[in-house]
Amino acid sequence: MLKIDGISSHYSGVQALDEIFLALAEGEILALVGGNGAGKTTLLNLISGIIRPSRGKIVFKGKNIVSFSPEKIVELGIIQVPEGRHLFGPLTVRENLELGAYRRRGKRNKKKISEDFKYILQLFPVLEKRLNQRAETLSGGEQQMLAIGRGLMGKPVLLLLDEPSLGLAPLVVQEIISVIERLRKEGTTILLVEQNARAALRISDRAYVLKTGKIQLQGKASDLLEDEEVKRAYLGQDS
Amino acid sequence: MDFSQQIAQYIVTGLTIGAIYAIVAMGFNIIHNATGIVNFAQCEFISLGGMFMYSLVVLFKVNPMISFFISMAGVAIIGALIEIGPIRHARSKEIIVLIFLTIGLSEVLRGTAQEVWGTDNVGVPAFSGENPIHLLGGGTIVPQHIWVFAITVLVMLMLHYFFKKTLMGKAMRATSVNRRAAALVGISVNRIILFSFAFSGALGAVAGIIIAPISTTSYDTGIMLGLKGFAAAILGGYGNFAGAILGGVILGLLESLGAGLISSQYKDAIAFFVLLLVLFLKPAGIMGYGEAERV
Repeated sequence: MLKIDGISSHYSGVQALDEIFLALAEGEILALVGGNGAGKTTLLNLISGIIRPSRGKIVFKGKNIVSFSPEKIVELGIIQVPEGRHLFGPLTVRENLELGAYRRRGKRNKKKISEDFKYILQLFPVLEKRLNQRAETLSGGEQQMLAIGRGLMGKPVLLLLDEPSLGLAPLVVQEIISVIERLRKEGTTILLVEQNARAALRISDRAYVLKTGKIQLQGKASDLLEDEEVKRAYLGQDS
Repeated sequence: MDFSQQIAQYIVTGLTIGAIYAIVAMGFNIIHNATGIVNFAQCEFISLGGMFMYSLVVLFKVNPMISFFISMAGVAIIGALIEIGPIRHARSKEIIVLIFLTIGLSEVLRGTAQEVWGTDNVGVPAFSGENPIHLLGGGTIVPQHIWVFAITVLVMLMLHYFFKKTLMGKAMRATSVNRRAAALVGISVNRIILFSFAFSGALGAVAGIIIAPISTTSYDTGIMLGLKGFAAAILGGYGNFAGAILGGVILGLLESLGAGLISSQYKDAIAFFVLLLVLFLKPAGIMGYGEAERV
């Protein structure tokens, strides 16, 4: 479904990504793990068209989308839930969700959108009570749920999740992980970027390990969980 | 006319001119929220609105109602062209460079207007006659003042509806809060900016059109009105819509009462004195949140 073909990226002279090759099949969850500054977020922003690569192709369903504008990429159904949430703070929770469905605007989708709206409130029941509250007044966990909810309102064909568990309490992380698992069951293709490698590897089919802009390892997520090097570098001593 | 009647008169005048400032301030706000810049060409939108109206109604004898909408659309198109051309293609996207660019564009528009219409002040007939209406309590009001009020209130209600209820309005607010997030939900930021220039053009034109029968119009009437609208926007809190209304009304009242009770020579100075005072005491304006929240 998505093929990243020899992507390199520099900004302000520093090489952030060096010849990345990566393939993602329909319906799978692919995890991208690695430390800070490994280039994970850069890769997502390249896919979303926020930044341009210095070299390489990004092929989505047979089309090279490397020169597409961010809104055109969203129109194809590639939707990113960015790190740090990037909500529309002064707008209400309801408005944030409505704007998530911006790419499906127009009369035809009205009914479908309101069904999805209900579905998202069912995924994240806490949001229901907060619908008319400004997004910036929510707690960190609620904001992350809203960010994911806003992404889902766009009916993603491919969902890019950037650090969805960053800075959240364990219980909230659990809740978000179970939502990701549910989305996978429903057939959404997901590219998951996480520093919490253990959680990411547990729910993914396959994974790539990124280190200073290069792919260091790749394989089945379950194999990587057992890999000595991965254990040492990303899963901590206690495993 | 006794003193209280005089005061009532000043208040009516003040509210009328304040309504104009509020519309102008809205125009400044809309472009600021979309782009972060101050668009000084806003002043020319006002002059052009008035002059288009004059040309259509007086020179070409077009029905005033139709003229109103054509003038508005005409200035909206000019606003859009400014964005599609120079603003979008400016090499530098630095805010300060773009602001200077709008000052240059303002000069070009004003120069062109001067070539087309000359420098004379010209009158536009009032929308519904000149016979003053007597108010309860003894004051009088010219019908055009009522038109100014009514149209301003209508414009404000429409703006409120647009920004709170329509998806496009919400998308514009979202873009002003966080451009990157807006792009990530599929909003075309370029389109929003283009739209905001056209929108501000239309608003500037409305101000210029409705004030023309009261104060006459010329190729450069927009400068003073525009700068005072700018002062009103600052007073209310730059970028804030409720602030624009509040700032406009306060400024209009201060100006009218000041001119009447102190001296009409200070009429223009009052607005700029208020502007300086706000910048010294509370730069974020009455409704502003302060520097930290400006994204």
